[in-house]
Amino acid sequence: MTYLVAASAALFVAMLLVIIRAFAGPTLYDRILAVNSFGTLTVILIGMLGYLAERPDFLDIALLYALFNFVGTIAVLKFVRYRSLGRSAAGSGAEG
Amino acid sequence: MTAGTARTIALGAALFGFWLVLSGHFTPFLLLMGVVSSALCVWIVARMEPIDETAVPLGLRPSLLLYWLWLGGEIVKSNIAVARMILARRISLLPRFILVPTSQQSDMGRVIFANSITLTPGTVTVETGGKALLVHALAESFSTSLPDMDRRVTAIEGR
Amino acid sequence: MNLFIDIASWFFFSLGGLVLIVGALGMVRLPDFWSRIHAAGMIDTIGAEFMLVGMMLQSGLTLTTLKLLLIGLFIFIAGPTATHAIANAAWSAGEKPQGLARDDSARFAEGEKA
Repeated sequence: MTYLVAASAALFVAMLLVIIRAFAGPTLYDRILAVNSFGTLTVILIGMLGYLAERPDFLDIALLYALFNFVGTIAVLKFVRYRSLGRSAAGSGAEG
Repeated sequence: MTAGTARTIALGAALFGFWLVLSGHFTPFLLLMGVVSSALCVWIVARMEPIDETAVPLGLRPSLLLYWLWLGGEIVKSNIAVARMILARRISLLPRFILVPTSQQSDMGRVIFANSITLTPGTVTVETGGKALLVHALAESFSTSLPDMDRRVTAIEGR
Repeated sequence: MNLFIDIASWFFFSLGGLVLIVGALGMVRLPDFWSRIHAAGMIDTIGAEFMLVGMMLQSGLTLTTLKLLLIGLFIFIAGPTATHAIANAAWSAGEKPQGLARDDSARFAEGEKA
């Protein structure tokens, strides 16, 4: 039990450092990278909380969060690049 | 049985396995619901795009698992190297963009190679091409094992 | 036996936590975007996977372990894909690093044209 708390504390420290980078920037891609790493850390933290609360159901949420984190990063990158989410990447600039 | 049928069945089985892991209940009704929903998913996927090698890569050799073990060792090694760089009192980097030729025949092989390069800290695939990859490396020492990795990925790439 | 598993789990947790903190420190300390990608790579690989292995040892052979294995597999495959997508987007947007010791990008562009 103690080391679960210690591991969660380590996760919190890492999340704090990563969120500093997300705020500091300086470029847009630094921020996206930081938010992506923050998402990975969140997945681990949710799993860890499931063990601390002794509710393994939390892992379903962690799995879902992992999927969402990936899709979210790709969606943000696509939006930054093409200024649109609906357009296909292949026909860049052809249709609106 | 044709390759397409084998792929469709494999996709359905994988989806049903995923359902079983997530549900954790084994009553007949829920199992039936699992079969129905995985069949529905396979139908939707088949409508979206043909179920080919890209969708269900059955062509890969089982030695992929052995390759992952080797890759795990490489990842540990380069993690230690990057950690040493981060913790050094004065950070001294010699970043570089290097050209890495690829010898894989299929797209799947090239994707595995590029992903493995990105997976090991210290090297990141920046741009992919038909015959080579553009890789950003933190220092010279990180790029020395890449030709070996290229050879190993080509070996697991099937047929 | 139980004690042995606890020690192994403790080992993975402490090593994973250490790597996570060092990686996050690298995100703050390293000088530019291109070097920070590698710190993020540390968090995505050893950091996350070791924490997951530590949790797997805690729950033994159950469905929970299988779920953790799925999360680990997904992070193992999708993590570098996301990192590559970010690096590629930054590259296409013209984000160029400073003080390169060697630069093959011109040679790469030439090889792709040919």
